Amino acid sequence: MTVQDQTLPLPGVLPAGANLRHDHRLVAEMVEAGSKVLDVGCSEGDLLQLLESRGIDGRGIELSREGVNRCVAKGLAVVQGDADTDLVNYPDDAFDYVILSQTLQATRQPKVVLENLLRIGRRAIVSFPNFGFWKMRLQLLIGGHMPRTENLPATWYDTPNIHFCTIKDFVQLCDEINVKMERAVALDLYGRPVPLNLPWWVWNMFGEQGVFLLSRAGRS
Amino acid sequence: MANVKSIPSPAIQSDDRIHEVDHPSSLLAHFDTDQPLPLDCGIDLAPFQIAYQTYGELNADRSNAILICHALTGDQHVANVHPITGKPGWWETMVGTGRPLDPNRYFIICTNVIGGCMGSTGPASINPATGKVWGLDFPIITIPDMVRAQAMLLDRLGIETLFAVVGGSMGGMQALQWTAAYPKRVFSALAIACSTRHSAQNIAFHELGRQAVMADPDWRGGRYADQGIDPRRGLAVARMAAHITYLSDAALHRKFGRRMQDRELPTFSFDADFQVESYLRYQGSSFVERFDANSYLYLTRAMDYFDIAGDHNGVLAQAFRGIETRFCVVSFTSDWLFPTSESRALVHALNASSARVSFAEIETDRGHDAFLLDVPEFFDISRAFLHSAGKARGLGDAGGQR
Repeated sequence: MTVQDQTLPLPGVLPAGANLRHDHRLVAEMVEAGSKVLDVGCSEGDLLQLLESRGIDGRGIELSREGVNRCVAKGLAVVQGDADTDLVNYPDDAFDYVILSQTLQATRQPKVVLENLLRIGRRAIVSFPNFGFWKMRLQLLIGGHMPRTENLPATWYDTPNIHFCTIKDFVQLCDEINVKMERAVALDLYGRPVPLNLPWWVWNMFGEQGVFLLSRAGRS
Repeated sequence: MANVKSIPSPAIQSDDRIHEVDHPSSLLAHFDTDQPLPLDCGIDLAPFQIAYQTYGELNADRSNAILICHALTGDQHVANVHPITGKPGWWETMVGTGRPLDPNRYFIICTNVIGGCMGSTGPASINPATGKVWGLDFPIITIPDMVRAQAMLLDRLGIETLFAVVGGSMGGMQALQWTAAYPKRVFSALAIACSTRHSAQNIAFHELGRQAVMADPDWRGGRYADQGIDPRRGLAVARMAAHITYLSDAALHRKFGRRMQDRELPTFSFDADFQVESYLRYQGSSFVERFDANSYLYLTRAMDYFDIAGDHNGVLAQAFRGIETRFCVVSFTSDWLFPTSESRALVHALNASSARVSFAEIETDRGHDAFLLDVPEFFDISRAFLHSAGKARGLGDAGGQR
């Protein structure tokens, strides 16, 4: 065995001391074992590795060449592609779940992308930063500038995020395009779920990000 | 008067090359008249032979075999000294101990393609019906024919399933043809700098090369071997033109720029003043030492005819429907012969077939030939792909039980 073999990160083997992101952990819990998953905007493949370590058949699409090549070098089945233009190439019902993790706000046509997710997958899992989060509101209201947070550090002129929304906006869009919300979780700034028994406006205020398990309405 | 120094003539055939055609310095599988190779053109080729090299050992459960498919002017001498040129194997960057294709782990096979000139039956071989060289009497062969012949060899070697089929350029075409024709026999496929069909521009370049060969008076209507000569000038020009397509503007500029060859000032002649001219002439003249001109015609033609979608009602995804093979597709940014767009079309089709596919585009200015060169990112990806496929295949670290 060569040195390179030993240090090579492999699917199904999480790096020792892996610091799992809270939203990744939550998304992974939403996926049933043995299912087939497409991760759209899979970045460097951390979530895919987590999923494959749980015996899930994962595939990925990533926009950046560096991200793709890192994923492929980890042995993951990832292709270079763009959520806005390439999802149309996937057939209906190709996957059990299609995941869009922290990417919705960077797409040109979030509605079309969302529709495609639920065409390709029987279910979709979408997570996004909540622009209705109190810190965001405060920065705009009091500070008078475009909000920046630990998780969204980019300035307005260099951000890839062009379609921010709030949890409330997203829920409305789901209603509009006849998407059923099977599960909705808001995570606070520390990645803890905002308690379920609180009303929507609290989620929209205190959720730093929203994570949604979606399916086509009228079907399970 | 201009000083013209072109490819040397008369063009006597090299003895080493002629010897390798029928008596290769390789392992040899002979198929008699009872085992013909059915060709796409409708002819059954028999008898025929396949020359091949192997590296490493087949494990006890026969699960670690990798078939390497060579490119247009490659051969089976992947990782050993070449019997004619005396140079190292053409893919020693990729194949060897500690390399992505490690003979300590895998049983690696590479065959000379049917139609080639390094020991497998081709137009330079002796036609048993006439006792003379086949020449243009040799039937037209296709990429599927090459793959069919390889499958017959594997049958004889007792290898039902390949752990991987690997190839770049024309080798990548064969790898893809393997998955389309024998999906159950291919566990994983690494297709590099290739395409599922030859583009119009590529056919055009091949036609240029063929016409250069045929325009050489020494070609003699394809019967040059009968007179013991080679159409060296024509084949060298074909190679020079093709070689340009294997590089890139940036790579040529970086390597040569406008630098002069062994001189300060232009000679005001058609001598090779520029380094790039000298380099191309060298490429041309060294190629003719080891390659048969008719074989070049046949193999370029095989690539021209290649179109997987065309064999499946024009729908590429149909060719890979329900396939379980794991794919890794690799392209290079500066490759204009098989540009990334071709690989992307393949990946879209594989996605549509729900195949497990990885696709990486490697940034390099070295053009199509990048797959033969030292490109670490490419090696990392190849190694990781094969490693994860090996894990799924149950190959141990040393290639499984022996």
